[in-house]
Amino acid sequence: MLTLAHFLTLGALLFCISVAGIFLNRKNVLILLMCIELMLLAVNMNFVAFSYFLDDMHGQVFVFFILTVAAAEAAIGLAILVVLFRNRSTIDVENLADLKG
Amino acid sequence: MPIIELVFYFFGTILVLSALSVVTVGNPIYAVLFLVLSFFSAACIWLLMEAEFLAIVLVLVYVGAVMVLFLFVVMMLDVRPASVRQGVPRFLPVGLLVAFAMALQMFLVIWTRGLEALPMPAPKPDGYSHISELGLLLYTEYLFAFEVAAVLLLVAIIAAIMLTHRRRQSTKQQDPSRQVRIKRAERVRLVSRAAEAGAVDQTAPQRDREGG
Repeated sequence: MLTLAHFLTLGALLFCISVAGIFLNRKNVLILLMCIELMLLAVNMNFVAFSYFLDDMHGQVFVFFILTVAAAEAAIGLAILVVLFRNRSTIDVENLADLKG
Repeated sequence: MPIIELVFYFFGTILVLSALSVVTVGNPIYAVLFLVLSFFSAACIWLLMEAEFLAIVLVLVYVGAVMVLFLFVVMMLDVRPASVRQGVPRFLPVGLLVAFAMALQMFLVIWTRGLEALPMPAPKPDGYSHISELGLLLYTEYLFAFEVAAVLLLVAIIAAIMLTHRRRQSTKQQDPSRQVRIKRAERVRLVSRAAEAGAVDQTAPQRDREGG
């Protein structure tokens, strides 16, 4: 018998995997962007699950807007990445420490 | 209804495994392809939850546009897969610790708050359309947010183009606004010169010589 908890567990697993991925991949900004996309997918999964189980369409509207913002974020992030690679010839996170952060 | 559980566990397993592959595989191209697989199985699970419009949008917009954009950038950047793999063990303990702590917290919240008592809702009657419900909500209550989202997409388009646009130095190009704005005084210069006396008859002796 599937319940709301099953779908929320799936979203939580996805979110934790992508958090671990952000810690693991210190060599490639591109994979970091992919991890952020996975995180947004996990959040959307929770929204859709609550929308379905509580019978409220507002959750799906929120997923719609999150998808829009995520698409814009991916486009600008990739553009910044291209400019970065053009100037520095690397997208290694370790090498991008000019601000000493 | 064991078929629904079967579908859920099948696509859920594929989703989790492909997400794990995205973060662990070294080659960015494989990572993008696994991300496509995870989006696709997530769309199937959303179909299970009767979010048909969002599932189709996820496949069309995400797999069709955003992931192709990712793939395009991966091919353009030419990152060597060999250099991607070094240095991973350094952050492995911290990452796993944070992930396990977060997973534990989330599972505690999910499985102790009575959320598992909420079963699948009954199927909707015939003629009920989730898409028309979503559209009704989107174009009435969320109309302003919808328009703001459109403006946001426009800003993203302009920002992405302005960031990556590179003006070439070698090609000559016209700037129409500068051409229109030009004044007569910047192009035409009237010079007053006094006529010189000896300049008039210089050709005359030469003509005489040719004729003679």
